[in-house]
Amino acid sequence: MDKSKRDFLKIGGLCALGLSSLEVADAFAKSHATKFLTNPQASHAKRWAMAIDVKKCWKAEKKECKDCILACDWAHNIPDIPVKRQEVKWLWNEKYQNAFPDMENELEPEEVKDKPFLVLCNHCTNAPCVRVCPTQATFKSPDGITMMDMHRCIGCRYCMAACPYGARSFNWRDPRPFIKKINPAYPTRDRGVVEKCDFCVERLAVGKIPACVEACKDKALIFGDLDDPNSELRKALASRYSIRRKPELGTKPGVYYLI
Amino acid sequence: MKIYDGKYILVGLLVFGVLATFPIWFDHGKVVAPANPSLNTPVIDAMMSKHCILPKAQMITEHMKLLNVWRTEVVRYGKRVYVAPSGKKYEMSLETECFRCHSNKAQFCDRCHNFAGLDKATDPYCFSCHVVPSEKKPGAGKVAMVHKESK
Repeated sequence: MDKSKRDFLKIGGLCALGLSSLEVADAFAKSHATKFLTNPQASHAKRWAMAIDVKKCWKAEKKECKDCILACDWAHNIPDIPVKRQEVKWLWNEKYQNAFPDMENELEPEEVKDKPFLVLCNHCTNAPCVRVCPTQATFKSPDGITMMDMHRCIGCRYCMAACPYGARSFNWRDPRPFIKKINPAYPTRDRGVVEKCDFCVERLAVGKIPACVEACKDKALIFGDLDDPNSELRKALASRYSIRRKPELGTKPGVYYLI
Repeated sequence: MKIYDGKYILVGLLVFGVLATFPIWFDHGKVVAPANPSLNTPVIDAMMSKHCILPKAQMITEHMKLLNVWRTEVVRYGKRVYVAPSGKKYEMSLETECFRCHSNKAQFCDRCHNFAGLDKATDPYCFSCHVVPSEKKPGAGKVAMVHKESK
């Protein structure tokens, strides 16, 4: 067989062209194969945030109201673990000196000292947990929610160390035996992942408001878009003085307390 | 032709050949019961034309890849509706979409997974978090009857 160098190069070039056309064909096949959409009923915002009307909450608290916490626990299959250091919490009550450390003074009224403050993940604009997560299991979604991807979490707990608000809980054990009644529409978690409030992202996706906000009969929880000047949230923040937890850290928390 | 240390080499080769083909001849002729996953759930029985999200053959071989893509789209990009090639829309959720029809994990998911050798309780580990619909275990009624009789 007599082949010149020229022939060899020609055949080689043709082969390379043939092989690369496979990739092009694949790309074309993919481009109109599948589509993913958001639900048309979904609520959208540039920056989801929450305000807690502390006075309204305290009024209800006299009746030992825990509606928001119970609604959250049920909606997200949060276990009730009796061992204190293994607790899993998304939304819970905290004393003033724990929720707002360094802000307390010895002369403040007794009622402030003893009253509970509802605390949850602050969905910080500048979230330290997101910065430290080595697998990007926790990340900022475009609408300002600090999200958790449980599938990616490796349980290193860097985020728990980084969170200045203690808003994150680790699953030290299988949570299922500690869930009294499982909500079949929401997954539980597995041993070895970190979890926290996600502003009910699964409810926002179908146009509902977060479970805690919906459950509050006294309308003490106000949820809305912080970037929309006409939102109920912005109006509440414009009309009342509000504080945030540890603002000096520069995390820009998204949970406001109306005083 | 003379092979140096021929008998050792030939015996060695023979032993190697036997060991290397062990999986083939060890399982040869054994009859493995087919997986036979059950599609009979109330929702599927009530369907006029029985179809899944993708054609059956594709679902069998690619459901895990599909679920993986769904997970990424839902959790990371907030897209929750899947448009199948047929144009039909589905919510990308194990709990509210897959289990809506396939409410019989033990007779559907498990049978194939066990057949494929994924019979450990943790593998695939989807179900350690995703809530499987409660189903009547076959034979559960019988056990209850036996208990009654023994009393």
